Amino acid sequence: MARLIMILRRFGQALPTLVGIIVVTFLLTRALPGDPAAYFAGAAADAESIEEVRVMLGLDRSLPEQFWIYLGDLAQGDLGMSISTGQPVLTEILTRLPASLELTLTGLLIAVVIALPLGILAATRPGSWVDHLCRLIVTAGVSLPIFFTGLFLVYIFYYLAGWAPSPLGRLDIFFLPPPHVTGFYTIDALLAGDVETFQAALAQLALPALTLAIFALAPLARMTRASMLQVLSSDFVRTARANGLPPGQVLSTYAFPNALLPILTTLGMVFSFLLGANVLVEKVFAWPGIGSFAIEALIVSDYAAVQGFVLAMALLFVGLNLAIDIAYTVIDPRVSLDA
Amino acid sequence: MTSVPLLTIDELSVAFKTRKGTVQALHGVSFTLEKGEIIGLVGESGSGKSVTAYNVLGLLGPAARVTGGRIGFGGMTMTTARESALREIRGREISMIFQNPRGALNPIRPVGRQIEDVLREHSDLPRHKLKGAAIDMLHQVRINEPERRYAAYPFELSGGMCQRVMIAMALACEPALLIADEPTTGLDVTTQKAIMDLLVELARARHMATLLITHDLGIAAQYCDRIMVMEKGRLVEGGATADLFRAPRHPYTRKLIAATPRPDSTLADLIASTGTPARPAAEAPATAVAPNAVEPLLEVTDLVKEYPLAEKTKASGLGPLQRWFGRTPQTAGKDEPGQPPAGVFRAVDGVSFTVMPGESVGLVGESGCGKSTTSSMVARLLDPTSGAIRFDGQDIAAVPAGRFARSPLRAGIQMVFQDPTDSLNPRHTAFAAIAEPIRRLATPGDGPALTRRIEALADRVGLPRELLSRFPHQLSGGQKARVGIARAIAVDPKLLILDEPTSALDVSVQAVVLELLDGLRRELGMSYLFVSHDLNVVRLLCHRVLVMHRGRIVESGPAERLLTSPDHPYTKALIDAVPHFVPDGDPAAPTPEAAALKLAGE
Repeated sequence: MARLIMILRRFGQALPTLVGIIVVTFLLTRALPGDPAAYFAGAAADAESIEEVRVMLGLDRSLPEQFWIYLGDLAQGDLGMSISTGQPVLTEILTRLPASLELTLTGLLIAVVIALPLGILAATRPGSWVDHLCRLIVTAGVSLPIFFTGLFLVYIFYYLAGWAPSPLGRLDIFFLPPPHVTGFYTIDALLAGDVETFQAALAQLALPALTLAIFALAPLARMTRASMLQVLSSDFVRTARANGLPPGQVLSTYAFPNALLPILTTLGMVFSFLLGANVLVEKVFAWPGIGSFAIEALIVSDYAAVQGFVLAMALLFVGLNLAIDIAYTVIDPRVSLDA
Repeated sequence: MTSVPLLTIDELSVAFKTRKGTVQALHGVSFTLEKGEIIGLVGESGSGKSVTAYNVLGLLGPAARVTGGRIGFGGMTMTTARESALREIRGREISMIFQNPRGALNPIRPVGRQIEDVLREHSDLPRHKLKGAAIDMLHQVRINEPERRYAAYPFELSGGMCQRVMIAMALACEPALLIADEPTTGLDVTTQKAIMDLLVELARARHMATLLITHDLGIAAQYCDRIMVMEKGRLVEGGATADLFRAPRHPYTRKLIAATPRPDSTLADLIASTGTPARPAAEAPATAVAPNAVEPLLEVTDLVKEYPLAEKTKASGLGPLQRWFGRTPQTAGKDEPGQPPAGVFRAVDGVSFTVMPGESVGLVGESGCGKSTTSSMVARLLDPTSGAIRFDGQDIAAVPAGRFARSPLRAGIQMVFQDPTDSLNPRHTAFAAIAEPIRRLATPGDGPALTRRIEALADRVGLPRELLSRFPHQLSGGQKARVGIARAIAVDPKLLILDEPTSALDVSVQAVVLELLDGLRRELGMSYLFVSHDLNVVRLLCHRVLVMHRGRIVESGPAERLLTSPDHPYTKALIDAVPHFVPDGDPAAPTPEAAALKLAGE
């Protein structure tokens, strides 16, 4: 109960942030160069029809008035219409966000599954070949640009080896998307019991997720190694060893849980990066995600879409930070949600 | 006692691989330990006493290598045993407890579970009996409410409690040998006494051999059957405790004994031991107090510092939100009469005292008694809640701590801090560290003048001039302490606040630094406010002593009188708890405490 109140309070603390984001994105999108009315009216429009569109979109009113209307719409869950696609922004986000999330989370999962054991092994055997391998992978992950890794993987696995399907979207054109439950094609396909579609979706997902994983792996592995090295030299690990506990238990109940806090912080940061940075991956793999949608909207001054995108991201980050804070309190009894 | 020793260390030599090449840490150390015997391994830092003990358990890590000799335990040779065999021994046959007990426990695992971990590994107890056994161990080390403490995390327990948990963990599997590495360093004297009494009592009751590593001769004298003295990786002398103190053979042992402050030693005694010529100024008697007619330099009246209690325990003043959420208010932790409004904690509760010009006043008490808070307020690093601090005729409590740095009075009050390493900026040379306050608070003059001034200060504190260009990590503990003192006296303060200035130093270095401080006070006519927990040190350096307990001064008076015939029960308890030895005393008449212990153990 007390914990629930704390969590609600944390949500309350995020409200000012959200208000600020709403105001700033509203102002910024209005300050963008380019005239949305002119774009919407089309190339052949004359000044009069552009003016007509402007009135229709409400862009002729004063800024405070526009903001008031925007807030009213927002309160009803209406994010406005996207000028470029002609769809409601909310619909666009709801269909595209799961695609981005599926990609990001899979990438992150692969990264964690590789990075944590690698970091731990490197820390327990400093100077060994595992340590050198860890350093090599970290350097590669940091220094290779994400679009390069993506194209490189496509070249190897699609063009040369022919193992991967064509890097075009979430599902091969011969498959129908599974019935919408979570919006994650792999999970929805499994829920529908459609193994073939699942395999097809997974095959499409593999290369872009791997690309993201290589990018996300580096900071995670490095932080795991550093954090483990520090904890392994601490007094309480020495106590555990002096008490004759087996190495496995020393690692799993004494060292690793204590090393987890900085790793978790890094994980949260990496996740935030990925959500924003996977726009390149989405471009390379023609992934119908939220990132590519936002870029296109930004280019044509599609203010409603940009506002909706930023707001969705802000909500995600708030939720993510909250989840990490809660995870802290679960791991470390010294951390309280009060702070 | 049996004829076969429990532990045999035979010509043990250990070397460490470092970046600068191989360093020989132990040179052929030999001694034995019988069943049920308590041996003290004493020496200053770098003497190799910890290396010896860690080596018994093979805990030294990959950089260390045994270059000669062997360690035998029972029928086993520990120095050649495989890691898996050592693991069987650790925690079951040989246990270890460490300095800094809170850091030595896993911070995010309940202490009871940590005891269970050891039991599960080494005992045949079935799983469902582990918890009961862990609670029983907590009970045996006299932790109140062991069922509740079982689920506590180390950060919720005091340092003394954590050390009790460590002892419970170490003794859980009834080991034949316990290695205690400075088990009470950093704990209060009364806690230290309680822990050591408990440890020795448990050891005697279980007929368990104990290897006690300590830098404190008093502890070794009071609790050990035999003492081994180590210096620079060599065992210089060993023998029965009484013999060793009555007739120390090796010069190093003699020096160590002489340098340890005792209830009856003087600064001259200590300094003679270090081989340093005493400073000429030190001949004046230590009781030279400034005449009473003079105005006090520092006058503290009814000083109070309150801190709001954490929300959880706040007794009143609940905000509307908290009332909404129906938090039950809890009473404040203390229930003394005349307590402040509930919801606040009084760290310092109406403290009044004076310091005369040229006088040295000691402020003693245990951790949490408010002595550091008091000294911080006097140093104007912390704002008092109420009360007056008159320094040199002006009420400096009126100046907020944040602005005092710009006050002309800042130069008048300077501090020497406890940790000589942490209180120096690691990126500043000794020269820069000493020059800093001069640049800020005085007129530094041109380059050559400043250099001359700093060189004069270095001479004054006995720091060789060529060391001025060095960084803190290139200096020894004693040299760093000198830099800290030179920095504090650089702007000619009238009052020097010394916050445990020697507690991190070895006894021989401590003796020299204490003598230096005493000499400086006479030469420069400064007043000292000397904050310390070590009563013997306070007695050496201070004219008057103030004893603080729970935020109040419970007793004050001339140092000699107060320490020999204290009135207040707390002062008595404090003095009783100080471990001591009688160097020339009759071995047949041990101290009453030691005698009582011997009886209890039999």
